[in-house]
Amino acid sequence: MRYAMAIDTAKCVGCGDCVVACQTENNVPHGYCRDWIVENVSGSYPNVQIELRSERCNHCDNAPCVRCCPTGSSHIAEGGIVLVTPEECIGCGACIESCPYDARYVHPDFGYVDKCTFCKHRVDKGQNPACVDVCPTHCLHFGDLDDPNSDVSKALKNRDWKVLAPEAGTKPQLYFLI
Amino acid sequence: MKTRREFIKISTAGAGAAALGLHSLNVKGFDLFKNESIESVSDEDMTPYPTYCEVCFWKCAGWTYVDKKGKIRKIIGNKHDPHSNGRLCPRGTGGIGMYYDEDRLKYPLIRETKPDGSQYFRRATWDEALDKVAGKMKEIAEKYGPESFGLFNHGNPGAHFEHLMRAYGSESNAEPAFANCRGPRSVAYFSTFGAYIGSPENTDIRDTRCLVLIGSHIGENMHNSQVQEMSQAIDNGATIITVDPRLSTAASKSKYWLPIKPSTDIALLLAWIHVLIYEELYNKKFVEKYTFGFDQLKEHVKDMTPEWAYGITTIEPELIRRTAREMAGAAPHVVIHPGRHVVWYGDDTQRERAMAILTALLGAWGKRGSLYFSEGIHVPHYPQPEYPEPKWTWKDIHGDKYKLATMGITTEILKASVPKYGYKHQIKAWLVAGTNLPLSLPDKKLFKEAADAVEFIAVMDTMPMDITGYADVVLPEATYLERYDFLRAAPNRVPTIALRMPAAKPKYESKPGWWIAKQIGERLGLHDYFNYDDYSEVIDWQLKQLGTSLEEMKKIGVKEFPRESGPLYLGDDEDFEFNTSTGKIELYSLDLADNGFDPLPVYTPHPEPPEGFYRLIYGRAPMHTFSRTTNNPNLYDLMPENNVWVNPKIADLWGLKNGDEVWLKNQDGAVTNFPVKVRVTERIRWDSVYMVHGFGHNDKRLSRAYGKGASDELMITNIMIDPVMGGAGMRGNFITFLKEKPENKEEVES
Repeated sequence: MRYAMAIDTAKCVGCGDCVVACQTENNVPHGYCRDWIVENVSGSYPNVQIELRSERCNHCDNAPCVRCCPTGSSHIAEGGIVLVTPEECIGCGACIESCPYDARYVHPDFGYVDKCTFCKHRVDKGQNPACVDVCPTHCLHFGDLDDPNSDVSKALKNRDWKVLAPEAGTKPQLYFLI
Repeated sequence: MKTRREFIKISTAGAGAAALGLHSLNVKGFDLFKNESIESVSDEDMTPYPTYCEVCFWKCAGWTYVDKKGKIRKIIGNKHDPHSNGRLCPRGTGGIGMYYDEDRLKYPLIRETKPDGSQYFRRATWDEALDKVAGKMKEIAEKYGPESFGLFNHGNPGAHFEHLMRAYGSESNAEPAFANCRGPRSVAYFSTFGAYIGSPENTDIRDTRCLVLIGSHIGENMHNSQVQEMSQAIDNGATIITVDPRLSTAASKSKYWLPIKPSTDIALLLAWIHVLIYEELYNKKFVEKYTFGFDQLKEHVKDMTPEWAYGITTIEPELIRRTAREMAGAAPHVVIHPGRHVVWYGDDTQRERAMAILTALLGAWGKRGSLYFSEGIHVPHYPQPEYPEPKWTWKDIHGDKYKLATMGITTEILKASVPKYGYKHQIKAWLVAGTNLPLSLPDKKLFKEAADAVEFIAVMDTMPMDITGYADVVLPEATYLERYDFLRAAPNRVPTIALRMPAAKPKYESKPGWWIAKQIGERLGLHDYFNYDDYSEVIDWQLKQLGTSLEEMKKIGVKEFPRESGPLYLGDDEDFEFNTSTGKIELYSLDLADNGFDPLPVYTPHPEPPEGFYRLIYGRAPMHTFSRTTNNPNLYDLMPENNVWVNPKIADLWGLKNGDEVWLKNQDGAVTNFPVKVRVTERIRWDSVYMVHGFGHNDKRLSRAYGKGASDELMITNIMIDPVMGGAGMRGNFITFLKEKPENKEEVES
């Protein structure tokens, strides 16, 4: 089993619904976020393009945050989900430094590192992550890459895609449909 | 000059001050979950209560999830709701912030004057506040007649007060939603098709093959089901054509983006019409069977070639031809989107008419993938006596002007409030419900004149919006998550109703709008119009008439009813009588001609920016609804301030870099209250700047939004009035940059 997400940049309007839904689902404190929107503008007027995309932890196969964690708090759970065990985290921030996607922050009230969990509490029950289920444009696709009929497998089948910072060698599991 | 109505910025003076201690902004904006586990609560451990959203007018239905401790945790869309399809937009998801916002109005306030003449708000009891409002209403009715008590309203809270005012005997009401928003569209489509474009719009974007957006920025305006359908249209491979001086989000997803010179849209539309007619691409069968005035139209656009339009719009003739052919190729499955906020240049009814005519030429009306026949359900009126007949209404205030207006015009009600304008019918007092007038209306000077002239202002709101600073009595309303409200019965592909019920008790001393209206009504002896103890009785009665009940609706939230008006689309060759004077689609409008207006749309050049000035274009961001959400902790988090978009060429000229702060000054010398950050971007034309509307709040009681970004309304002092229906065109304003804080700048009240 390998959980992954595909983000359709042709449809994302950058509304930020995924960010608020994550905030309310996971009690993310205000001023912080586990997912966010990136807008890339290229070209010059009137030959301009925009790419909008919803980003979060890439749940990498070769996760530098896991490798560099001195306590073993950062770990890879079933299905490849990268998680932090709060009780084992000392808040040293090594993982934050090592992450090429800037996907982690120190929780202001509790002092440990917090990040996207792919909404494991929902996924374990067969639901989608909150961001996927709220997206008004249906631009987020989630599921098991080992299952050819999963939403994410189907989304990747007929479209070109890219990953972010492939040069970092992290084997990221967020796929951006282009 | 000191005015009688001193704008009160502080919350209360002396004991019982309203402001709670505020923590630092942006970090831990509020403490909802502090010192608690951050573990997520599973849905099964929560109770969902049905609601429909009040963060914007789309009114998406959803579920408010409440945990075992009674805390509201999240709001999720209702899967059976055609407005949301189970997915709320960021504002709906963040609607929770409206409930938790610690800046909310907490208890009634009454304006008092100190011996030294200065004014302040005193915390009052509900009885005091309600007695005061009712007392004033009695006094005004005795002195001038109830008609002199005006109402500015919007949305559901406004509707409870509309009921109160009609029972009291006044129909002197206006909503910014008409003359400051979609009025020209209503009038144009009615005069062409004899039918209105409803809300939600009856656009069949889901099944369209070609979506044409003229300044309409779906995806930035987060009209939920429309955004969802645009996404479906992209999946289906539909062509999107966007006309916008700015590369909007929608433009970035379009096959064709026409980066038009602002204010020239009518020329483009006429050229499209020219191409369709003279290349014989229009739907001949449809035009022959259903329309009136084709020959006049053909003659009218004879010389309006793409080459003619090129000189005006800066859009290449070949691109005009190619896009017209693309539309014709997709016809009749084409949506020429009628837009929503369409008061731009004062000839807006005519531009909307051109869009309606284009629609008709393509046969893109009543067909799959064009405009469908929407249907809503009629919710029976709860038993009450007939409303009294007022001696005069908003219509009489307009007098002979704006004959085609279908609702009251805000500017007219304001003018009627100032004796020096000599209106026959004078407004002496206002009720304001659910609309933040100073940030919704252009022409601050007129607004302040009017606010100063009237004898009394009562404001109902959930937040200390700028308008409350002008009030004599402030009535704190409970948020939509804490109250019963009208059943939602908006038209759609299938008729539905949606229930809004409280998921928690009203916080502080706030009260539901229906309760406030009823309490005032009771004090005025209007009990028979408010013959219930709780609004749930009204809803239950109505639901029973519709064959359901409050009990059932609490479980399902949304209920669908079968269509009764016939199919969604017009059949092939089906006979159809349009509700116009000719019974046909009026390409040539007899209604407009009879009232002395151009029966066919004409392009009129509009003033261009003087040197060193740029046209101000404003619009929406997906996470905010005008000025009402900018203090919402969840939505503030997504977008705390607006910025001014400047083309890199212009930024170079001024030596401006991304993030630089500037003050804006317009052609009449108006200056923004606060600096605004520059966003240097290729997404905007060099002759224009762009701002998201709703920022630059000048009221410290909005602890997050205060002073964040700049207000576009302050820059809108030139209003171009639409002679047809009184719309206030706001895009004829030009701004320049001030790199230093202007000296001697007095803080202008927003």
